[in-house]
Amino acid sequence: MAYSTKVLDHYENPRNVGTFENGDTQVGTGMVGAPACGDVMKLQIKVNDKGVIQDARFKTYGCGSAIASSSLVTEWVKGKTLDEAMTIKNTDIAEELALPPVKIHCSILAEDAIKAAVSDYKQKHGK
Amino acid sequence: MTQIKLPIYLDYSATTPVDPRVVEAMIPYLTEHFGNPASRSHSYGWAAEAAVENARTEVARLVNCDAKEIVWTSGATESDNLALKGAAQFYKTRGKHIITVKTEHKAILDTCRELEREGFEVTYLPVKENGLIDLDQFKAALRPDTILVSVMMVNNEIGVIQDIPTIGALCRANGTIFHVDAAQATGKVDIDLAVLPVDLMSFSAHKTYGPKGIGALYIRRKPRVRLEAQMHGGGHERGFRSGTLATHQIVGMGECYRLAREEMAQENPRIRALRDRLWNGLKDMEEVYLNGDMVARVPTNLNVSFNFVEGESLIMAIKDLAVSSGSACTSASLEPSYVLRALGRNDELAHSSIRITMGRFTTEEEIDYAIKLLREKVAKLRELSPLWEMYKDGVDISSIEWAAH
Repeated sequence: MAYSTKVLDHYENPRNVGTFENGDTQVGTGMVGAPACGDVMKLQIKVNDKGVIQDARFKTYGCGSAIASSSLVTEWVKGKTLDEAMTIKNTDIAEELALPPVKIHCSILAEDAIKAAVSDYKQKHGK
Repeated sequence: MTQIKLPIYLDYSATTPVDPRVVEAMIPYLTEHFGNPASRSHSYGWAAEAAVENARTEVARLVNCDAKEIVWTSGATESDNLALKGAAQFYKTRGKHIITVKTEHKAILDTCRELEREGFEVTYLPVKENGLIDLDQFKAALRPDTILVSVMMVNNEIGVIQDIPTIGALCRANGTIFHVDAAQATGKVDIDLAVLPVDLMSFSAHKTYGPKGIGALYIRRKPRVRLEAQMHGGGHERGFRSGTLATHQIVGMGECYRLAREEMAQENPRIRALRDRLWNGLKDMEEVYLNGDMVARVPTNLNVSFNFVEGESLIMAIKDLAVSSGSACTSASLEPSYVLRALGRNDELAHSSIRITMGRFTTEEEIDYAIKLLREKVAKLRELSPLWEMYKDGVDISSIEWAAH
């Protein structure tokens, strides 16, 4: 299967790989997918006092498109408020990376990861 | 050091390059000796017929049978179809039960599904953790109405060699026709049909340095095995398989089987040393698993799982190596390999496997390059893997309730 240049770029040079320090209350973590399905994404957002995502990290077990989708969303969520981040749609991710139909689930997973991270943050802060 | 040509071909179980000596043997049968081997009235036909019969003899010599027991087909898939459907339909008045194995090639499994639709009952035997059949389980599955058993000699994904002599003897004792798919075995395993209790055997040329599009089916004459033809027409191949013979392809198959017979004794130890070199270069890594028995295995195959690394991303990372993923994600089905699942491998390990198969033209430099690249890329992908992180933190991944998607 041929990958798009953007997928290859994110795959070769993934942005914001890593994990924030355990117990940081500013951090929301979303873990989605399942090993049985061949995809697990972990997305972390670091939110400042104004409710703006100032930093993000990811780790992904999955195909190149899954890695690229999660790498891309770490770039996209930065500088966004939680509500703004929630408006990122899987179709935007799929379009940006030119994902073929069989890889659309990767973009859906990346959208789910954002939602899971935001909801984890909100839960921690009783919102 | 010689210049390595990239990507390095390590997918010999998918297909092999045609040996240049085979190509050379084939070409005259596309040019000056283009005759139809069925033409009896002139020398063009006679020359083609002589070449076809010579090739038939070469195929027979590799597996020690009579040339009259070899029928040409388009490949192992067609041979499997002819053997299974042909025997099931011919012997259906004796019984309707068939036994095969869960790790068989799709050419067998899909044909069995079709036979089920035609009213046959099929038992799909499980395998042990090493990929081999439990012989007691096989014995227990045999019934008085079992008319046909099909077991592959060498598995295409994990390269394990089934105990064909024992399974065949059990079939004989039960009066059951025994078919063996030997597409992955020729040139790698000694096959002696004078001794093996096998009734039908499928062959392919392109897994043994011959051209694609040609194969053969062995049909035993003593005791005689009967089949219903699946392809009707001019009555070629004694009515078993009609259709004008592809002389140049047949010549290619004869030549590649001749080379296999003459060279396998020297070739296999060399390839085995390369395969062992590869495994020795990888096995000290953390969480690396070999899939399938290491002893009852062809020398050309290594199937490994790198835990916590997904197969498709690994294949992408090692694009300098032409290898095959055990995970079928690339074919859009997102199903991990059914063969590895049958070994009882969990989904992560099944998703994390790659098949590396080497052969006649593989060099030590290529293997060393592969070891270095694999170690480097697996480490890189593990840095990216949340599962690896959890494993390192001591989290039991199987204890987590994952949401399936």
